Amino acid sequence: MNTSTLVRHTLRASGRRVTTCRPYVGTQFSRRLASTLALFEQRDGKLQSSAQNVVTAAKKLGNPVVGFVAGKAAKEVAEQAAKIEGVDKVVYVANEAYEKGLPESYAPLVAENAADDVSHIVSMHSAFGKNVMPRLAAILDVQQVSDVISIESADTFVRPIYAGNAIATVQSSDPKKLLTIRGTAFGNAPAGSGAAEIVEGKDSKHQGSVEWVEENLTLSDRPDLDTASKVVSGGRGLKDKENFEKIMIPLADSIGAAIGASRAAVDSGFADNSLQVGQTGKVVAPELYLSVGISGAIQHLAGMKDSKVIAAINKDPDAPIFQVADVGLVADLFKAVPELTEKLKK
Amino acid sequence: MSTLRILVPVKRVIDYAVKPRVNKSQTAVEIAGVKHSMNPFDELSVEESVRLREKHTPKTVEDILAISIGPPKAADTLRTAMAMGCDRSIHVEVPEKDEMLEPLQVAKVLKEVVEKEGRNLVILGKQSIDDDSSQTGQMLAGLLGWGQACGASEVVLDGEYLKVTKEVDGGTEVVKGKLPMVVTTDLRLNEPRYASLPNIMKAKKKKLEKKKLEDFQVRAENRLKNLKVTEPPPRQGGGKVDNVDGLISKLKELGAL
Repeated sequence: MNTSTLVRHTLRASGRRVTTCRPYVGTQFSRRLASTLALFEQRDGKLQSSAQNVVTAAKKLGNPVVGFVAGKAAKEVAEQAAKIEGVDKVVYVANEAYEKGLPESYAPLVAENAADDVSHIVSMHSAFGKNVMPRLAAILDVQQVSDVISIESADTFVRPIYAGNAIATVQSSDPKKLLTIRGTAFGNAPAGSGAAEIVEGKDSKHQGSVEWVEENLTLSDRPDLDTASKVVSGGRGLKDKENFEKIMIPLADSIGAAIGASRAAVDSGFADNSLQVGQTGKVVAPELYLSVGISGAIQHLAGMKDSKVIAAINKDPDAPIFQVADVGLVADLFKAVPELTEKLKK
Repeated sequence: MSTLRILVPVKRVIDYAVKPRVNKSQTAVEIAGVKHSMNPFDELSVEESVRLREKHTPKTVEDILAISIGPPKAADTLRTAMAMGCDRSIHVEVPEKDEMLEPLQVAKVLKEVVEKEGRNLVILGKQSIDDDSSQTGQMLAGLLGWGQACGASEVVLDGEYLKVTKEVDGGTEVVKGKLPMVVTTDLRLNEPRYASLPNIMKAKKKKLEKKKLEDFQVRAENRLKNLKVTEPPPRQGGGKVDNVDGLISKLKELGAL
């Protein structure tokens, strides 16, 4: 008895519904084989939490969800992924060549594993997704749909355009649909109680002409900007890097928030580029977004206007940020923020 | 040291400072009578190509070809690219209409141009600020089977190789690839120059070749049908408070603290 049979057997014995079998009964041939391939990201053998957003989106498409992961310790990652609620099967390719997710080899690998029965391929609209998915789309001759914020049906998707100033509803006529999704628009599928079948994928040992040299990632104990429930964000008003750190770090620590920045702050070297919130940076949607010394240009608003509560501190009462802020304080940030930090600590 | 034959695709888009408005019939964003400019990321691509020429021996960069696929006015965008330093350009003219070509169609046209014009480096913007797809460069690399480096903040030419620092989630990543290659630009890459008046005048004499979509093996029909385009739900400002205590109590009231 192999692993997958064993899992199903155990599930039956425990009286749980075996979801992998359900869609195959009593439907048309074309439907009964259809499935959604969900690309999961991993780093050093650890499944990234974005997989839970991808599964939530993939489930909305109606077909069984097949996770896909490749890398050095892909089997271990597949075991973590198999536990996510709603995943029916996980395909893994354990090969160090795919460890860094280089699109030249990763895209053909996914194409090889996306057999005719795959109706949709879903990935996060992250650096990984943005690199791999369009290349895969070109290989499969599909027009990908980027940064999907809502799935209306199996072929109709909603996405922001023009820095979120317009929302487009598009219908795809492609035989396979490729989507990258905005994580914050889809909830987290619960991890921990699923028991999907795990199978080894095909691997024709794809090679690309580009090699990975090194990476330089900002490591911090603070919550991840993408997934933090609270974000404090600083802009040009902080004047320099020293002030940015002196003012924003204690504020973030006082409420356990992640730190973000406007493009002006990043361009002026106050903060690392990876902290940029906006159309061309990160898109966040936390419970609380507290902006400090940010005027609120449309490119910045594109990255944060779906936050549940927006608060702003700015000395200019006419700053556009106050048009979207649920609560605004017109004040000199150099006085107001330290006072706020002190009071929040209590 | 290999010689570079660069292709720089540029797109004419609504100016980044303009707030786009959805048209009354909810089919698209209003483009008539709205200020347009070169997509900001494409200015970076042009600048980087010109800098590659300036950084190396004049012979290193054989020529820089700009291309735009768009309505008649996209010719202005190409003139700007040439005023910044591109040597010549191709304008694939498509009629002005609400629906724009999709990234896959654009990538297919670019592939043919790359092959006909013997290009070995394509530098594109990482996204256009109208459609925000972030796909064309990667698709082109996929169609050509070339290496890709997306979101570049530094490009170093070393013989037959390009070493590219890419902006990724959480920091940067460095990759090294052998030419030919596709690179897409991040805002961090450089500071685009302004075209000087003499250069604008000179650009008028540079070659601008007109083509039509029919000259390429690309179907004009889009794969994605725009069912509707709407304004996002407006967000109402909640008013202002007088002091820090007011801010804290309002945030508590809203359940954010």
